[in-house]
Formats: sequence, structure tokens, C-alpha cells
Amino acid sequence: MNLDDLEELAAKYRAESKEPDTEIRVCMAASCQSSGAGPVLEALSAACADTPPGQCAVKGVGCMGLCSAGPLVAVAAPAAPLDEAIIYRDVTAADAPDILASITPGAAPVERLRIPSDMPFFARQHRIVLENSGIVDPDSFRGYVMVGGYAGMVRALSEMTPQDVINEVTTSGLRGRGGGGYPTGLKWSTVAKMPPGQKYVICNADEGDPGAFMDRAVLESDPHRVLEGMAIAAYAIGANKGYVYVRAEYPLAVERLKTAIRKAKRTGFLGNHICETQFNFDIEIRLGAGAFVCGEETALMASIEGGRGQPRPRPPYPAEYGLWGCPTLINNVESYANIPPIISNGGQWFAGIGTEKSKGTKVFALAGTIVNTGLIEVDMGTHLRDIIFEIGGGIPDGKAFKAVQTGGPSGGCVPEEHLDIPVDYDSLKTLGTMMGSGGMIVMDESSNMVDVARFFMEFCMDESCGKCIPCRAGTQQMHGLLDKIAKAQASRADLELLEELCEVVQATSLCGLGQTAPNPVLSTLRYFRHEYEEKLG
Amino acid sequence: MPIRAVQPNVRVVTLNIDGQDLSAREDETIIEVCRENKIPVPSLCWLEGLSVVGACRLCVVEVDGGPRLQAACSTRVREGMRVQTNTDKLQRYRRTLVELLFAERNHVCSVCVSNGHCELQWLAQRCGVDHVRMPYRNASYSVDSSHEMFRVDHNRCVLCTRCVRVCDEIEGAHTWDMMGRGSGCQVVTDLAKPWGDSESCTSCGKCVQVCPTGALVKQGTSVGEMVKDQQFLSILARRRSHR
Repeated sequence: MNLDDLEELAAKYRAESKEPDTEIRVCMAASCQSSGAGPVLEALSAACADTPPGQCAVKGVGCMGLCSAGPLVAVAAPAAPLDEAIIYRDVTAADAPDILASITPGAAPVERLRIPSDMPFFARQHRIVLENSGIVDPDSFRGYVMVGGYAGMVRALSEMTPQDVINEVTTSGLRGRGGGGYPTGLKWSTVAKMPPGQKYVICNADEGDPGAFMDRAVLESDPHRVLEGMAIAAYAIGANKGYVYVRAEYPLAVERLKTAIRKAKRTGFLGNHICETQFNFDIEIRLGAGAFVCGEETALMASIEGGRGQPRPRPPYPAEYGLWGCPTLINNVESYANIPPIISNGGQWFAGIGTEKSKGTKVFALAGTIVNTGLIEVDMGTHLRDIIFEIGGGIPDGKAFKAVQTGGPSGGCVPEEHLDIPVDYDSLKTLGTMMGSGGMIVMDESSNMVDVARFFMEFCMDESCGKCIPCRAGTQQMHGLLDKIAKAQASRADLELLEELCEVVQATSLCGLGQTAPNPVLSTLRYFRHEYEEKLG
Repeated sequence: MPIRAVQPNVRVVTLNIDGQDLSAREDETIIEVCRENKIPVPSLCWLEGLSVVGACRLCVVEVDGGPRLQAACSTRVREGMRVQTNTDKLQRYRRTLVELLFAERNHVCSVCVSNGHCELQWLAQRCGVDHVRMPYRNASYSVDSSHEMFRVDHNRCVLCTRCVRVCDEIEGAHTWDMMGRGSGCQVVTDLAKPWGDSESCTSCGKCVQVCPTGALVKQGTSVGEMVKDQQFLSILARRRSHR
């Protein structure tokens, strides 16, 4: 199969699906479902059944981003992007007749529910990873192909050598979206250069940072895209087997992934002789049993192998000695989701987006005390202030901004005075925090930073696997000290001991969890030291 | 890290540890070279003849002046490598790590059967731990005396997993394993059954001999009487390698 055949297939699907004039998209991602999208979908479907055939169709789609205004419903021409759609917020089943009435020719949109089309939340975004999210039905293989899905994989398989694929990814400048920011092309070429034999591709979907839900949204909204990215990676490095390691707390994502894998296999886009080529690639799902540390690559692989989810010293890195001792490529969900457009549009196109050292876009999960909570995708290098005050809509209830926490329990806080920095891997690092996987927790003036540090330390303490001493016993002691400070029972010596422990745990821990566990403390100490000192006896 | 397979034709490299120029086989780790050359690097989980887990972090060293510390047990030697094993910073870190261990469980030497023969005690003395700055957790742990010959006292356990590894890798029984996570970790026999009820335990006693503290001991020993003998590991390794 080549690109022409794929386009023919997409045209055939389009013809068969009898596309309506207008489609009504109901967000069926986890957060809109929890605020009642299910009944809305039913009511709209029932109301739609009474309209003349061909006028409209109702479909469940993935995340549109503005989770705080859910359930969201979009009315648009088939496959039209989100910014050409009329989006309604806080829709209930009772609103269904009004929405249906609005789609008859000449009728006006339902203004009381409508989100202004120039709202910065939508207008300021640049959707690459999320381009199909909120547009395609995640359970529909045909829907994905109709919007140009699998073109990247077909192009790679029919027109490119594995080395061409790696060159394209290297040119793009894509860096790992799981947090570390390791150049993806370099990782791929390392695994590809290992001697031929059994190799594996792993997708890390064990997203566990408090307040982060980017991977969940991508898997729930556009699972085929991740599968396509993995298949391209497998072709590039010479693997025939892949695993998606996804946490069991994401049942909807797991369900949609399973459906996607089944449908892709049935149509010959996964499995043996993919798209009538010699390339074989099979994907299995592995569920995490609730351990944050299993997001660390060596612990994740131990867990897939059926062992205790504990990290091991690196080197050897997974590229050399990974799953069952075989060379293994392991990337994050968002990294894989970036691959299909890079292959379709070329690495140069991707390298033109973002900053000098951080290319492309980044998906962030906005959470905390911010008006627009939800999922956004912006160019690398967008200023934090724009993200929080323009896209995020600022702080609710007239309160003042205090800090934004990025990078989850491995990251740190950025205070007001540093909000004008561009968001990329390197500038966040200079501020003592990190990009992380993309969680952004915004805090207003009522937050106490000692409590924030204590919260993250408690998280690390609970999630430490217990293998190495500094992380197991150190996080415990640091949490005790933070608790003492928060309760205003600590002395200056306790604060000194806390700082000493931060240094030791950071320098000596075995894996990333322990090495970064002190970061929330160090960063709050750096910018809000007075809040600690005010509490000392 | 897997147990290294013996490779034919390994190259020999020269490296510098604490100012001494040394030679080593390319497949050796830093700690092996240090032990060979009587350079004292503290360690707790590492034991010659068992696989490497890199868990205790006491053997961290500075390599090539870089900021990231490396565990000597899990880092292979390289040509021209420069290693510092005993800088002020490393000493301070090790002291803190040992303090963390003492504060974690109930290591009361004066009533311990391993008093005077305990690797944790030696470590504390060598690292200069004369007091513990952190509060003791004082959590209570169980003691399992159900085995007719041995006893496990979790109050003294440092979770080095030597028992788990020796049972699995040398004896081949895999009676021991870990359960729980974080500070709730504990070594268990079979599926957390009493040791005496274990069906897989062969009562060989290897776990007791490799245990660095008074966590695994022989029944009937009193304070200071439990002396351990780890010679068997190298003897077994030698005999097995000749097959």
C-alpha cells in the first residue's frame, strides 16, 4: 500500500459514511463524562434522529480541552478543525432541542451556551498532537483514516528506509515529552544501531504526576495516532513487538486503546505484513498496578516482565539492555503522537516551530486555581504569563497569582517575577524546575508554600519503591521535617537538616524519583524562603 | 544489573583511583577494583558473588570530576577513568545515609546478637557516625522465630536484599522476596508466610550468613554471639566456575 492507496481508502470510507452537512460532536473524554456528557450524547442522538436524513449526525469525540466548562459540544462541518466550530459549554440534556434547532439552515447559534469563537483559550493554541482530539471519534478506525490518519506510517513503509525515518526525526529536533527532554532521534538511532535481533518498542503511558492528564487525553481522544507513532518507531529501529504500559486508573483510555489495536489489526494496519509490506509489528497493552515509580523506564520494564516495579542502576540503558535483556526503545505517549505529522510533513516543518533548542509544541494540563482548567497545546517558547493569564484566563475570584508548579513532584514552582520566561526545557531548568510531562498547577495567594512542599514530599514518600536508602528513608525524614515546620514546631536546626537531606537524597538516590524528590522543597526554599522562616520557633 | 558472564578476551584498562594508578579488566566494576587494591569503599548491599542491585548508595564515588555521583558497584571501569572515593562531600553523604538507616528501624546494638560482628555497626564507626541527627521513627516490627534453626528480626533489617539474592541465585530456592513499598518494605518468606511454614526453604542458612546485621540470625544466640561466615560464597563460586 502506498499513499495513493491510502487516500483511495479514505475516499471510499468517506463515501460509505454518507457524511452529513453538520456534525454535532460531544466530548466523551473522562472529564466531560464525569460532568454528565453521557446523557447529553443520548439526548442529542435522540433529537437528531427526528431531523431530515443527511442534515446532521451526532458523534462522541475526544477531549476539546476546556475541561472546566464541560460537558462540551461542538457543532461543525464534518472534519472541520476546532476553531471553525461553534462550541457550547456546560451543556445538559435539556439543551438538546435548542442545539438541534440551531443547525437548521438560517438559524442562529444558541448564544446562552456559546463560547466566543475568539476566546484566547482556543485561539492561542497550536494543535499538532491534539489536532484530531475533539474531532474524530476515538473508537472509529475509519474516522482516523478519513482525516488523513496512518499517512505517516504508510509513507514510512512505502517510501522511506528505516534510516530515512530516523534522519527525519533527528532533523525535527523532537525531544522526549515525558520530562527528561532527551533527543528522540538520538535515542532511536542508538537502538537502531544495536545488533539485529529481538528489539522492543514501549510506550510509557504511566502518567502519575498529580494534576497531569495529557497522556490520558491523547489516548482517550486519538489512540490510533499513538499506535501509528509506535509502528513508525518499530519500523525505524527494527522491532516487531510493542507494549503500551498504561496505568489501570485510566480505564477509558485502556478500553479505547484495546478497540484501536483490535481495529488496526483487523484492517492490516498492525500485525503481520502491515499494509502489504514485509513489516510485522504487534502491540500489547500492559496495565500498571498503581505505582508512580513504574513511570521510570527501568522499573516500567521490570513491571512488564512481571517482576517488582523497581528501578535498576543505569547504565546499561534500555537502548542496550532493556526488556528481557533486549534493546528497547521507550518513549512517552506525547512523543509518539508527534511522530506521524513529523513523517508526513517532514522534520524541517517541525523544526520550524518552537525555540532554538526545544522544537514543536507541548501539551499542558492546566489545573489548580485558574479560570480555564483543561488541556492546551502551545508552541514551545510561549511565555508562562500568556499561558496562565491569556489562555488560562487568570486567577478566579479576584485573587492574586502566587506561583505555578510545573513538572509534578519532580519539578518546582515559578513565582510571579519569572513568569515572562519562554517555556522550554532549558529555561525552566535554570529556574530550578523542569518541563516534566506537562502538568501545570496554578496557585493563588492563599496557598502556603510549605504545605505545597509537604504535599509533594508526602507523594514521593508514598511512592518510593523502597529499594534505595536515600529515597526510602530520606523522603520519610524530609516529610517529617516539613510537617514539623508546617505546624510551627521546628527550629532553625531542623531547616538546616532539611536542606542537608535535600542535597544527599538528590545526589545519591538510585533513580529519577529520588533524585528529583527534593526539587519542590528546594524550589520553594529558593523563592519563598521567608514562608519557611516565619514558621520557625 | 545481571550477573556478568565471564567473557573471553577482555581488554585491560588503566585507571586512577584516589591518586593511585591501577589496572583492571574492562568487565570489572569500580568496587571490585577497590576491594582488590585494598581501597576502602563502604558498601552494604554489595557482596562479592551476588548480583548487583545498587540499592544502598553507600559506595557512591565521584567519577572524572563530574557532578553526578556513580555507585561503585554498578559502574564499570573505563580506560583513563579518574575516581575519587573519599572526598569530604562523599564522607558527609555516607554519614547521612548511615544515620538514615539507624533512624529508620530499631538498631539497638547493646541488646543485639550481632553486636560487635555487625556490618552496619562497622559502617557507622568507619563513617564517623557518633550520633543521629534525625528523629528515630520507633516503629515496631515483628520478629519471626517460627523456623527451628533461624530467626528473622525485622527491627534490624536494612533491606539490602542479600538474603533474597543468595537464596535465589546461589541456593536456587527463592524463599525470600520483598513485599510492600517505601518504608513499608519488608523481606518475606514464601508469600509472607511464617518462615517455619515455608515449603521452599531448604534450611541451608546462607541467608543468615550473608545478612549484614542481626536481622537474620541463628536461634539460641545471645548478645554478641552471632558471628557470620561469608567464606562459602567465594568457595562455591570457585567450584561452580570449574564446571
